[in-house]
Amino acid sequence: MSIELIKEKCSAPINMVEIGGGGVGAAVRIGGQSCLPLLFEEGDCPNPPVVALEIADYQPDDWAESVRQAYGEAIKDPVAWAKACVGRFGAKILCVRLQGMHPDYGGRPADEAAEIVKAILAVTKVPLIVLGCGDDEIDNDSMPKVSQALKGHNCLLGTATQSNYKTLTATALADGHSLIAESPIDINIAKQVNILISDMGFDPKRIIMHPTTTSLGYGMEYVYSIMERGRLAAFIGDRMLAMPFVLFVGQEVWKTKEAKESVKTQGINWEIATAVSLVQAGADLLVMRHPDAAKAVERYIGIIMKGAKT
Amino acid sequence: MIVIGELINGMFKDVARAIDNREVDVIQHLAEDQVKAGAQVLDVNTGPYSKNPVDDMKWLVEAIQKTVSVPLALDSTKPEVIEEGLKLVSKRAIINSTSADEEKMSRIFGLAKEYNAQVIGLAMDRSGVPNSKDKRLELAAAIVAKAMEYGINTEDLFLDPIVLPVNVAQTQGHEVIESLREFRMLCDPAPNTTIGLSNVSQGTKYRSLVNRTFLTMAIANGLTSAILDPLDKELMDAMITAELILNKNIYCDSFLDAYRKK
Repeated sequence: MSIELIKEKCSAPINMVEIGGGGVGAAVRIGGQSCLPLLFEEGDCPNPPVVALEIADYQPDDWAESVRQAYGEAIKDPVAWAKACVGRFGAKILCVRLQGMHPDYGGRPADEAAEIVKAILAVTKVPLIVLGCGDDEIDNDSMPKVSQALKGHNCLLGTATQSNYKTLTATALADGHSLIAESPIDINIAKQVNILISDMGFDPKRIIMHPTTTSLGYGMEYVYSIMERGRLAAFIGDRMLAMPFVLFVGQEVWKTKEAKESVKTQGINWEIATAVSLVQAGADLLVMRHPDAAKAVERYIGIIMKGAKT
Repeated sequence: MIVIGELINGMFKDVARAIDNREVDVIQHLAEDQVKAGAQVLDVNTGPYSKNPVDDMKWLVEAIQKTVSVPLALDSTKPEVIEEGLKLVSKRAIINSTSADEEKMSRIFGLAKEYNAQVIGLAMDRSGVPNSKDKRLELAAAIVAKAMEYGINTEDLFLDPIVLPVNVAQTQGHEVIESLREFRMLCDPAPNTTIGLSNVSQGTKYRSLVNRTFLTMAIANGLTSAILDPLDKELMDAMITAELILNKNIYCDSFLDAYRKK
């Protein structure tokens, strides 16, 4: 007698979000699935997870050597760096971290940051994720200018948090961008931020959740369980948790000693292992730093998604 | 929890008047307000004073469906009134209701089969409302057995243990709560359960408080739907909170708002 597997049916799929495509190049689409990760028998999975390469608007001497070496001279200039990501390493989407606006990193004025991002867009023609410098006050002052410069290009702006979401939300709303809603590995706060943002009239279908990431070896299973819980709730109809997930893999991995102080390939493998695990947890968008790791993860996604119904 | 809005009922004077005078806007406002407040189904009852319940039911169903698209619970003791409603509904209806009397069940389940409707089954029979949970369970079991005989899925049944006013039948509250728990164990998949909530507070001084207290207790004991006044915001808040505590929804500080956004 054959064993029949129990198949769960979801009543509501994850939202599909499109990034980019605002007149320059092709858009990237994520989300839209109606099954838990890789359970292709239970639902559709129209969009495979996407890997973005992360760059910064300053010369990141504090980044791990292995990552810096991979880009060589290009890393000294953000536009050249972006060009290398797309031209040499085939990135389909870029994440630009405007860390240079922070006083500790040079305190670049917002107008200059906006010019850099515009130049990156003009040269690469790929969809952009644009992050502030992480200081609420500076970001609230600067991000509206950056956002305005990218008006109509359907970028993904980050990050809105429970204590600081109003300015970025209003800005994204005005300039037609999508938004990253961040929470500190806490499903209750994740839901709350989504509600706060949508209460401002922002379309919940343009929110991407950042549940906060950790690296392999640093409690990743907790991130996994939070993501799983969110997905299960979304599939039974919780629209305030039906957003795709973005995970900043590179940022977390390359600050661990295992990745930084390693022999040649350990850091790359660490980033691959973390990213692959997060794909299995339900990541829709992975922001990575090492181009070799990104390539390996894309290959993995290509193989594992072959069984998906689209 | 499936919320069945109770307000379109000819028992209420303004509704009876609206039915009599064919005031479409009164009925439609009631329908819209209830749906906006969270009703997923609307109960439709022509009331005890209706001179021509068949025509009144037809008129009500048509008027309501022009403005909202939720399913209707066709509420009448007369099967011919229910049947006229069933002919007109655009969404899968709930028949409200059958008792556990053989003849009544045959007629109602026959209709349910013919029109693919769900059914509310009252745990009472010709001899009245039982005063023990055991008798309620016996009658509920008879309803389940009959439904199965007609090929009705058990999850399309809503078993109602019959709530009585707390000021006249105080011993019955506990019996009803216990019955809900046991009804859910009658078969697999478990039948749905329902109550006519407002009955518990009939004639009492603090109606809303009695209603919402009873509702949360019932939810904790297996209630899956209720016929209630969705415009009572505190009642709806209590229901949402009860479901939250039972882990039906993920907590967040704005959980009331989150539920209403669903």
